[in-house]
Order: sequence, then C-alpha cells, then structure tokens
Amino acid sequence: MKTAVSPLDLRRASSLADALRLLDEEARTPIAGATDLYVALNFGMLAPRRFVDIWGVDELRGISVRDDTLVLGGLTTYTAIIHSPIVAERLPMLVAAAQQVGGPQIQNRGTIAGNVANGSPAADSVPVFAATDAIVVLRSHDHERRIPITHFYTGYRASVMRANELIVAIEVPRVDGRQWFRKVGTRAAQAISKIVVAGVRGAAPRFALGSVAPTVVRAYAAERALAGGASIGDAARALRREIAPIDDVRSSAEYRGQVAERLLRRFWIETA
Amino acid sequence: MRFTLNGTVTDVDAHPMARLLDVLREQCGLTGTKEGCGEGECGACTVLVGGEPVCSCLVPVAQVEGADVQTIEGLGGDHPLQHAFMNEVGAQCGICTPGMIMAALVLPPDATLDEVKVALAGNLCRCTGYAAIYRAVMRARQA
Amino acid sequence: MPRKDGIGKATGQALYADDLVFPGMLFGRTVRSTIPRGRVRSVRVPGDVPGLIVVDHRDIPGRNVVDLIDPDQPFLVEREVKHLAEPIVLLAHEDRETLAAVRVEIDYEELEPELDPERSNGVLKAIDIVKGDVERALADADFIVEGTYRTGHQEHVYIEPNVVVAVPENGGIAVFGSLQCPFYVLKALRSLLGGSAHIRVVQTETGGGFGGKEEYPSMIAGHATLLALQAGRPVKILYDRVEDMIATTKRHPSIVRHRTGVTRDGRIVAMDVDVLLDGGAYSTLSPVVLSRGCIHAAGPYRCENIRIHGRAMATNTPPNGAFRGFGAPQTTFAVEVHMDRIGEELGMDPVTLREQNALRPGDTTATGQLMGDDCSAHMVLAEAVRRTDFHARREQLRGTHRSIGLSLFFHGAGFTGSGERQLNSKARLDLTEHGVRIAVGSTEIGQGTRTMHAQIVADALGIPYEDVEVAQPDTTLVADSGPTVASRTCMVVGKILEQCALEMKQRLGGLTPAAYHARHGTFSVLKTYEPPDWIQWDDQTYRRDAYATYAWGCDVVEIELDPDTYEVRPIKLTAVQEFGRPIHPALARGQIEGGTVQGLGYALLEQVVMRNGGMANAQLTNYIIPTTLDTPELDVAMLENPYAGGPFGAKGLGELPIDGPAPAVVNAIRQLGLDVREIPAVPEHLAACASR
Repeated sequence: MKTAVSPLDLRRASSLADALRLLDEEARTPIAGATDLYVALNFGMLAPRRFVDIWGVDELRGISVRDDTLVLGGLTTYTAIIHSPIVAERLPMLVAAAQQVGGPQIQNRGTIAGNVANGSPAADSVPVFAATDAIVVLRSHDHERRIPITHFYTGYRASVMRANELIVAIEVPRVDGRQWFRKVGTRAAQAISKIVVAGVRGAAPRFALGSVAPTVVRAYAAERALAGGASIGDAARALRREIAPIDDVRSSAEYRGQVAERLLRRFWIETA
Repeated sequence: MRFTLNGTVTDVDAHPMARLLDVLREQCGLTGTKEGCGEGECGACTVLVGGEPVCSCLVPVAQVEGADVQTIEGLGGDHPLQHAFMNEVGAQCGICTPGMIMAALVLPPDATLDEVKVALAGNLCRCTGYAAIYRAVMRARQA
Repeated sequence: MPRKDGIGKATGQALYADDLVFPGMLFGRTVRSTIPRGRVRSVRVPGDVPGLIVVDHRDIPGRNVVDLIDPDQPFLVEREVKHLAEPIVLLAHEDRETLAAVRVEIDYEELEPELDPERSNGVLKAIDIVKGDVERALADADFIVEGTYRTGHQEHVYIEPNVVVAVPENGGIAVFGSLQCPFYVLKALRSLLGGSAHIRVVQTETGGGFGGKEEYPSMIAGHATLLALQAGRPVKILYDRVEDMIATTKRHPSIVRHRTGVTRDGRIVAMDVDVLLDGGAYSTLSPVVLSRGCIHAAGPYRCENIRIHGRAMATNTPPNGAFRGFGAPQTTFAVEVHMDRIGEELGMDPVTLREQNALRPGDTTATGQLMGDDCSAHMVLAEAVRRTDFHARREQLRGTHRSIGLSLFFHGAGFTGSGERQLNSKARLDLTEHGVRIAVGSTEIGQGTRTMHAQIVADALGIPYEDVEVAQPDTTLVADSGPTVASRTCMVVGKILEQCALEMKQRLGGLTPAAYHARHGTFSVLKTYEPPDWIQWDDQTYRRDAYATYAWGCDVVEIELDPDTYEVRPIKLTAVQEFGRPIHPALARGQIEGGTVQGLGYALLEQVVMRNGGMANAQLTNYIIPTTLDTPELDVAMLENPYAGGPFGAKGLGELPIDGPAPAVVNAIRQLGLDVREIPAVPEHLAACASR
C-alpha cells in the first residue's frame, strides 16, 4: 500500500459519548466500515490525519419505527438493510439500492452514515433519502441538529456537517406512493454509478438523481412540471436543465443527460 | 491487539491503522490471503470477521480487536469446498481461490445458483469465467 | 483426473512470489517518467537516507537493452523518454515507508508526444501478404463493401500483479518470479549483466498471465537484479495494481480497414485488408503480434485474391505486448463484423454467407496454405447453428429488445511458420525412484500445464498418473521448452514429452520405473521438437504454411439491450470449438469458458481511457472486468478432429476462445439497428450510434 501508516493516529471510541468527546477535543476523521478509507488515502484524496474508529459503537446500530418514521442508525450496514423486514416494508427502494452496492464484502461493512458523510455524488443511498425527504440527525457532544438531506450538501463532497459531529441516524418519514429506483453502473456488480435515480409517485412526485451534479439533485422543476400535468417530454427537458453531468473516466455528460431524461420517463410510465 | 484468529486467541503487535491483510500476511505469517488490488474490488483478500466476508485490504486491524477472524488457513485442508475446487477445476491459477472459498463459506446449504452468483459477485476471477467455480460450489453442497 | 497442483491452491499453501521472504530482503521501487516524451535533464536523489540503494543506467554492467526481437527498449532511461511511466531510477530500502517517502526530483525537457498511430511515422514493422490479383478482382466484383473497424487496448488483469524477488547467489543472481517464460528472462538477464556470471530463473506459482507475463517480467527481473547486485541483498519488487496497469504491456489497439469484392450470389472474390496496430513506444513483440494478426485478417474464408497490408506503428505510450490471441482478436473482430455487413448489403443471412465462403479441405488460406482434413470451419458452424436453432431464434427475436449474433473464427496453433523450428524446444524426462519427473520450461499459469503434461506422459508410458512428478521451472534444472505462449504448451511441448515417454518406455523394457531404478539407477531422455517436415514457409513473402494446424470456433451469443440505458446484457453464449482432442476435458472446458469471458469483457466492458499518453483509469474500480453477475450462461461444445502432429491428436487451444465473443456480440447488437464497428461497445457509444 502506498500510504505510510506510521504517522496515522487512531483512537477507538468505546461509546457514542466517548466518540463525541474525542471529536470535540481535537480534529479527527470518523471511520466506520472504512470501505473508502485506504483508497482515499492512497489516491491523495484524504490527507493523512487523525482518526476515530466508531465501528464498535453499537448504539448507532438498529432499525426501528418511531411515530411512523423509519429510523436507521448511522452504522446500519447495507447487509442489515437487505435483511430487514422493516425496511423491506417501508422503504423497499433502499433495499434495492443496498443490493446493488459493491458485493457482499462491501455490503457487510459499508454504512449509511458513511455513505452520506463521505459525500460522493455517486453515493447510491443518497438519492433514495433525497426522494423521501429524509432527515440527517447530527449530534455533537452538546447538541443535536436535524437537517433535511436536501439541505445537507453545500457542494462537491462538502456539507453542513461540523468537525465535531457524527451522523447518528437517518430518519425517513412515511413514504406514500410507489417507490422506484434505478442504478446504472459500469457493470452488474461492484460498480460505481454512472447515474443513479430514486423516485416516489405519491400525491406529488419526487425524483432525485446522483452522479449528475456535484451533489445529489432533487429535480424540483421536473417534479412541478409533472405534478402540473405537463407532458413527459417537457418534464424531461426541465430535468435536463436542473442537472450538470460531466465527462469522467466512467461516462460522459451527454450520456448521463440523455439517460436521466429516459429514466424519468421510465419512472413515470412504470409507476402510473 | 488481541483477537481470535482461526479459533486461537492471538496477540499481534501492529499499528492500529495497519491493514488487516498486511497483519495476517506479515505478522501472522499467513500468506494464503492475497492482495489483488488494494481497493476492495477483487475480493482476493476476503476473510471472515465475525462470520461475515469482508475485504481485509480495507479493514484497519484495530477494528478486529476482540473479534473472530477466520482465514483460508483456518479451514485446515480437508474442507469439502477445498476438494471441490480442485476436483471441478474451480481453481486455475489459484490466486483468487482462497478469497472465493471464504466468500462461498457463508452460503446456506440450499443456495440456488443465482444465490451463489450473488454471494460471489465481490470476487473477481480472470481465469475460469466462473462456470467451474459454480460447479465446485454446487458440488460441495452435495458433500 | 485431479490437477497436479495438489490442494495447495485451495488451502492457501501454494507459494506465489509475494509470499516469499528472504533474510535481509529489501523492497524495490521504480521511479518512472511523468511525461510521455522528452529528455531527462537532471535527476536528484536525496543523499541523506541511510540504507537507500540507488541504481540508474550507469550501473548496468552489460547492455542496457531488453533482449527480445528488436534491440530498442532500455531497462532504464539514459536520456530519451519515450513514454509515460518509463523507468528511470531504481531505489531499494528495507523499510517500505522510508522507501515510499524518498523524493526523487527529475527535470525534463518536454517534447511533443505522438499519440496517434495513424499520424505516426515510426514503423515498428510492416507486413504484406499477397495472393492472386486483388485490384482486378475488385474491378470485376458485383459489389464492393467497405468498412473500418476499431479495437481499443485491453489490460490483462491477472489477479496477481507483477512481482519478482532477486537473490544474490553463487557470485551471480537467482530470480524468483511470477512469469510465463523463465528462459526469456534468463536471456534478458544475460544481456543485462554481460559476462558469464551465474544466473538462475525460477518460476513461482503464478497468479495468471494471459501473455502479460510473457515478455514484461524481463524488465522487472532486470530491475530487481540490478538492485540486488548493488545491495548484495535480496530485493523484492512488487507492483501495486495501479503501477501494473499504467506501466506494463496491454493488447495492441487496432484500426482495420476492409474492402471486399463480392458477387451477387454471395461469393467473396476479393479481400483487401489494411491492418494498423498501435505498438506503443518500443517494438517488444509488435512484429509477431502484427504477423499473427495479418495472417488471420482474412478470416476462415476461401478467396483467390487477397491483399493484407499490415503496419505496427510507434506512439509515445507504454509499449503494448502479448495478450492471449496476439493480434487475432483484433483482426477477427474486424473481418467477422465486416462479414455481417456484407450480408446486410446483399440481403443474405450471416449463416448462409459463411456457409458459402468458409474454408474447406483443399482450399487455400491467405498465405496459400492448403487446408487438409483438419479444417473444421463447416463442422463448427453447422454445430453452432444447430445447437442454437439460429435461424428460428433470429426470427423469433425480431422486433424485440433481444437479438442473436454469430462469429466464425480460427486460430493457428504454435509459433508461426519456421518459428517452432527456430525455437528448437526441448523436453526432458528423468527416471526417479518412484516414477518419472518431467523437466520442461513450460509454466503452469492456471491453464493446467502440469496436469496435462503429466497425463500425456503417464498415458504414453503406461504408468499411473500419480507416479509422474513435474519439476518447478528452474532454468538450471529443466530443459528450455520455449515460451508458454501461442497455444503451444500441449501441442508442441506435450508432443515432445510424448516422444520422450515412448522412448523411455522402450528402454524400460517392460520394467516399472521403480524396478528399473532399483536395478540400474536413473537415466534421462532429452528430445527436441521436430516440426512436421511438410511445413514450407517464407518469412519474406509470407507465403505457404503459416501454422502446423489450426483450431476452429463458432460462437453464438444472445443479448438484450436496455432501450433506456443502452446497457447490453449477454444472456447466453454458445461456444463450439474444435481443437483436435481434449487431453483433459475439464481443463479444456476451463480454457474455453475463461477465454470466452475475457472476450466478453473485451467486447463490452474493458475500456482503457488514455490521457496524455497514459492510462487514466488504472484502478480495478474503473477498469472493469466481468463479475459473476456480468457473465451469461455458457454452453460449451468441444468437437474433435484429431491432428496427427499433436500428442494424442491435440491441437493448441489456449487462445482460440478469446477470438470469437467480441464480433458475435457486436453482430448481435447490429441486429438491433445500431451500426457498431468498434469495441468496447460501451453504452455511451451505443447511445451515440442510436442518435445518428
């Protein structure tokens, strides 16, 4: 491995309170399932620093329902989601997303807090949370904040999260309407999304996309068009103006833009 | 650091951020677990932690403190999967084989072919085209 | 018959080169150019790192040339940089973190790189094959169909990256490594070191090669050797996946142009083919890749007037090299897609067109080689069509998002023309206390060499398979059997072993090996390959018998295209392959299934993105090969047509399977109305085709 480990500093948190205290004392990067840690270090995307390991903080595990809201502990893994009857019933499109993340080894370790905090625009769970107006629950040693995920990101891999905070849970309000999810990866498994979309056909449609902008996009203009009875073609054109896909080593701006429009159309047809 | 390695409580002296893969291969001298990519893409480094397959190239060793780690060496040499891999030619060059076997270990006895494919979707093989691996895994079910 | 490897691969006990540790071992690091073309003005290595070993070109005792075909590639840059990631300085240290932290500063004078093989004027090799009178025949044809076809780089992705350990020994060096051709490495090290110092090359258990460890290991072995000799200690150089993908060889990209004259009733009367390969910065194996590519460029078809003009051009990119198929996948792709296009122009279905034109015994190839009874083009085509109910299925799928495509192909076994005679390969059998030992330079890289050779010897000698042991390839202990490439390990080396075994059987005079050994002690039988005496080949004009025999294949693939995303899902692939006789059916099946899936990756997924002369997606996250979920159901049919010159009738098999899938897939995609003429047929490209 390229990165030298000697200069890295890791403290293990024994509890949530312990973790939050450590984060408040000095700048440390939380690590949970660590599926992106060494890759980020080796490719120079993460300047080697101090870390706090929260993998052992079992308080952050657990899937429950409270006041008709699905509460997912921050350390909920994709595997836990895949096997959860609660999620299967309330948020099946999150199960679909989890099944298409990496392979079993990654699913056993990747967490939703990690996925959200890491802030990659290609994150597979984030469009699901954005399309359902999920709440990110942040906690620091003396404070708790609840931020809608649609207001969580401020830019490419940047969010309102503070250095002394952890994502302790994602709360998903009851979803009324048919759920729809589609990930277009580079291959059938172990793939990073070229484009990933989630939609809800409820009283008002909600549609969110990943990998087409520096952050996840809620396609508000397209949603309004559809809700107002516009043609799918008009809605698709509105969608195209709301996204900013790029060319990269995996795909092209042109392809992503075209596919976004077609997937909106497919969502609309299949959830009718 | 103390953890259970192939059934035996083991102490290792390693930097907490050392990769579990390196600790197993170097400090513990167990070279059966292989590095194919260092990115968690190929699965050649698969071991079981707490009975679950994970990529050991992605796990800081501090995170297995107190945990139950199993590597290919822990199977002994007589496991039905090991025999099946050799007899069905599920192993050609063999570099993916330890990781493939570890990932296949968690399959239930009544797994269908589709379930086998999903369980092994995180393990790349470049030699076999996977077909002989399926034959080996399905054959081992019968054993 | 269980594999000769024993259970070591399944227990983790098999030792690959990175599993080896030697006392006092240092780790090596290669400092590489960061520009694609220019000159090195200065190199500054910190002088204050205790224990740091530094090597540059001035430390080379012999010749700074990697001995292969043309002497143009240095082990280390002297002044001229001709590609990104070219090795300049070598470092070694016992602590990897210290080694990685060393800052080497290199000043370059940058020059404008040539990255376009079509614009380049650096010809690495040119080949011309001429049969009949192509211009006259084109003029007389009823139709002329033209087309240009492109293939990109393909990266081997052996799951074990390149690694070697060099250990000072007996005043010289021993090199242990992941490699296919220990005697190639020996030759290269001999040239690097000069003199007559002891050199021993040992192949360790190798985690995949596919041609990627045919010639490249000479480079990494040379580097480790220089460091080890300077340090007086063992040195291990291990590439991580990123370095391996950026710096080592890949399949040559190609641009192939066809101009074909056909009659109204579908007979091909003229084939004019232009083959262009991008060789990268140095010649390496480009001359022979071009050779094989050109010889296969007209496909398995009869035609009296053929002209094939091939060129391998230099560009300022890392040199390309051997990869299973070796030029044939590129030109097979072109000719097979072109055939379907001819069918489209004539309104003739792809099967009928091929039935009309496929080679039969008595026909001659592009080089004028006469086909004998070992020509199975029609046999494999007929079986593939029957097995898949091709015509009916094609009709059934019309108007849906699914389609079916076909390719017909062949692959010459062994080295081209006089190549086998020049190799002069040897094999040796030693009598032992318990049986016999095979001592050949052929390497086990997964394909089953040990098993298949042991089986041949056991059968020929009439002794139990368990009594045959296979020596680890160590250049001081085994015979030079030539390289483990070109689908020759069974057909050629297996044949020599069969001869050794038959002679040994005579000398044993009815005694078992153990009984004879107890009475008389040991003896060895050493034999040299005798290529068939009927082979006539002219290296200048490229005429007559290019290969001793050919293997034949016909692939049929059914796919589904997603109308929203243009993702192609292969549903079922039928591979009908004829290769003489399978010595070990399960091993043969493994070669077909493995090679076929590599061909599917080549067709749909594997794209090398080049930026500024180097691979920009050099991670397994971004250069993608098929996973279990990308792989369709495979139906494999192994047909037999024994070849007298091979052991027990066997022909070479290793490469044939990778030639067929890409054109079959693209021909299926074409059925859906997309005019695709290049691979990889990624969704972005298909979406663009659809827009046109």
